[in-house]
Amino acid sequence: MTENLIIGAAVPRKEGRDKVTGRARYVDDLTLPGMLHGATVRSKLPRGRIRKIHFDPAIQWDEYVVVTAKDIPGRNCIALILDDQPCLADDVVNHAEEPILLLAHPDRHKLWKTVQAVSIEYDALPAVFSLEESEKQTEIIWGSDNTLKTFLIEKGSLDGIWKRAEHIVEGEYFTGAQEQLYIENNGMVATFDETHGVTVWGSLQCPYYVHKALMAVFALPEERVRVVQMETGGAFGGKEEYPSMIAAHAALLAMKAKRPVKMIYDRMEDLAATTKRHPSRTRHRTAVAADGKILGGEIEIAMDGGAYATLSSVVLSRGTIHAGGPYHWPNVTIRSKAVATNAPPHGAFRGFGAPQTLFAMERHMDRIAQVVGISPVEVRKRNFLKPGMTTTTEQIIRENIDLDCMLDRALALSEYQSKKKLFAQQNASGSHRKGMGIAAFLHGAGFTGSGERYLSSLVGVEALADGTVRVLVSSAEFGQGTNTVLCQIAAETLRLPYEFVTIAQPDTSTVPNSGPTVASRTAMIVGNLVHSAALGLKQTLIGSGVLTESYTPEEFRNACRNHMSKHGELKSYSRYEAPPGIFWDDQKYRGEAYAAFAWAVYIAQVSVDLTSFNVTVDDFVALQEVGKVLHPRLAEGQIAGGVAQAIGFALYEKVVWQDGRMLNNQMTNYLMPTSMDLPPIRVFFEELGNVHGAYGAKGIGELPMDGPAPAIVNAIEDALGVSFRSIPLLPEDIQAGLSEAADSSLAVKQA
Amino acid sequence: MPPASEPGKQQVELTVNGIPATVLVYPMERLLDVLRHELALTGAKEGCGEGECGSCCVLVDGQLVNSCLIPVAQANGASITTIEGLVQEQRLHPLQEAFLTCNGAQCGICTPGMILAAVHLLDKHPQPTLDEIREGLSGNLCRCTGYSQIFEAVQQAAGKSEPK
Repeated sequence: MTENLIIGAAVPRKEGRDKVTGRARYVDDLTLPGMLHGATVRSKLPRGRIRKIHFDPAIQWDEYVVVTAKDIPGRNCIALILDDQPCLADDVVNHAEEPILLLAHPDRHKLWKTVQAVSIEYDALPAVFSLEESEKQTEIIWGSDNTLKTFLIEKGSLDGIWKRAEHIVEGEYFTGAQEQLYIENNGMVATFDETHGVTVWGSLQCPYYVHKALMAVFALPEERVRVVQMETGGAFGGKEEYPSMIAAHAALLAMKAKRPVKMIYDRMEDLAATTKRHPSRTRHRTAVAADGKILGGEIEIAMDGGAYATLSSVVLSRGTIHAGGPYHWPNVTIRSKAVATNAPPHGAFRGFGAPQTLFAMERHMDRIAQVVGISPVEVRKRNFLKPGMTTTTEQIIRENIDLDCMLDRALALSEYQSKKKLFAQQNASGSHRKGMGIAAFLHGAGFTGSGERYLSSLVGVEALADGTVRVLVSSAEFGQGTNTVLCQIAAETLRLPYEFVTIAQPDTSTVPNSGPTVASRTAMIVGNLVHSAALGLKQTLIGSGVLTESYTPEEFRNACRNHMSKHGELKSYSRYEAPPGIFWDDQKYRGEAYAAFAWAVYIAQVSVDLTSFNVTVDDFVALQEVGKVLHPRLAEGQIAGGVAQAIGFALYEKVVWQDGRMLNNQMTNYLMPTSMDLPPIRVFFEELGNVHGAYGAKGIGELPMDGPAPAIVNAIEDALGVSFRSIPLLPEDIQAGLSEAADSSLAVKQA
Repeated sequence: MPPASEPGKQQVELTVNGIPATVLVYPMERLLDVLRHELALTGAKEGCGEGECGSCCVLVDGQLVNSCLIPVAQANGASITTIEGLVQEQRLHPLQEAFLTCNGAQCGICTPGMILAAVHLLDKHPQPTLDEIREGLSGNLCRCTGYSQIFEAVQQAAGKSEPK
């Protein structure tokens, strides 16, 4: 076996030089001749019927391009799964900030003022703002029962289990909405002409999602819609589905204006109108044996999907499958549902449902430990999945994973035991309380179940005129390192220097559909296809006699040039084929949910200030098994960034809602972690090797979002002896929890 | 050459990355917009428009400012450094080099502002402690990195820079 030269090496990020010099081109950096600016008139009401639209007569309306739903040539929907979300509201509005009308003008300052000059009369309809109200169905706002989607997983049987149990442990856990808070707001530039149709350049994750949505809105064939991804300033799921909306809007204006239109949201609009993480509630009822082993249980999940179905069904699916954590459940029933409320639709966000249900699972494990009277370490060790066991969907664990060993290593790295003892002594006095918390978890890589088979991704590798090689994928770079790792894979496969491989800008007119850049699928699934497409290219060269099995990079380049001079363009494609023996039942939600899981144990050390009730995370150990680490620096950066975002999810980031509208839609009052707020995030990898994926890589991007919140809240409970079930956990919540605990202990004493 | 006059607009003299520039603009236009639209220097980015995120940071007479908060008239006569001005004769600034090798830039949108904040920091503290780095960069938000690799980049660049 030959040694890897480029895989596992910290090669420079492909687009890194452009990024550090300010030359990288983001959508707002693009200016086209004659370009207008576009803006959106949005609903001020959470639910109502549009009665009349008034245009202030003081405005010179002939200077403006105005687009309403009547101008849509195709279907008035954003095509995704159920196609229930209008591109522009026509008759009714179902959430505040729903787009109703579009304006364009050459002067964007004038344009923003004019947005205020459009006023809309509505007949208000009763609206629903919470999970509970939606479940009660006093008002039906979506379908026949407000239910966007349900899932049921049944493994074994719960018959008689409650009687056999030594302990029955119940718990209810909540997570709030969270904003992706990419630093670059959503934006798009569009052109339209009769010959070429629609072209958009934008900040986005999934060029072919936008492509599909534009085909429907404009009733155009695929060759007359072109989507180009510009450098994208962060996404985290927030640019998975929403770009289809803004692309359609910019393109509708461009069509009517017959000029290019740029539409860039400012921060307030982006925060108020675009997607957030689904708020959730998860209930556990668990039958536990005297030794702390889980006999079985019920898990009930509810997520708030907002006003339209959009991606809620898939977010719920992932949340449902991850709800049992990395534990063996001999018997389990998991019921989940996503319900509608009159809030802007909640959507994709790193982790995609799993951070919500894993928060519940990992808080609940600590609760089980307390009830049984064993340590948080022991309760996990007694229930960890081991090779040969099955997950809640009855997927057999075939990987040689050893979670006991990972937990021990994380305990050692964090000095868990000694610190726990020390803190127990120190916490008797002083102004701070310290604690340690654990979370163990898993994250499935790639689309769920039969998803990858349906996607049927296609990847290309081509030779360029100078004999170097270019990767052709629609997989987008938005910081995670797509460009770099896919070039590493192609270079390693072809035994070429990394500099000999480049990657095409995602542009639907030149790259095949390698699927969306989501679900931690790029390195594992797309990477594997790059590997086989690159092998195909090599085989073509060898087969045609211009290259021998062993070659120097220069010989390879000459062979490419040689081949192209004789046969013209030299491209090799590879399409996804499901590995053999994969079984998935979409009806029963049973079988091989994911081709591979990443595994992790995270440990948080916190201190709580008893004066300000501020929590600081003092140390954070993130240990994970993600298969082969393709690029150590990028992988470490991905994990550290995910942990930081999850610390925000746990402790800082609260969306304040009023009647389905975000009130704190500014960076001034929606707070994310700054450089002052974060602990040293210490990242460690285990590499056990894996059968799937290019060079053994699994998914990595979403994993770090899952574990930090429960680890931190477990640590806070360890510090304070008070249990918190809901995040975000702000200082005022801690204060309330502490005074409630003091009141009840006083009540106990008095009784 | 800009037209001599236009109602409400004024001539503002700037020196940007060492090159004198005269722009005819509304005096209350944001420095950020003037840099991006009048001078085609798009390295400075708008993230929040209210001075919270720091992605529009530039140096004005050596001071680190959020260019989204500065009316251009206030910068009249000032010397401005943007990210485009850090490369000297095709050579990256040591901080740019360090951000590249340490993976301090992921999506890259905060990077120009972050690097300028780091330039300013190393100006004040050529050998900064970790706490000084944390504080020096606290006006610049990064959503990708969790900051660790940015801190490493600053430390690496500080190690390379000549002691004053």
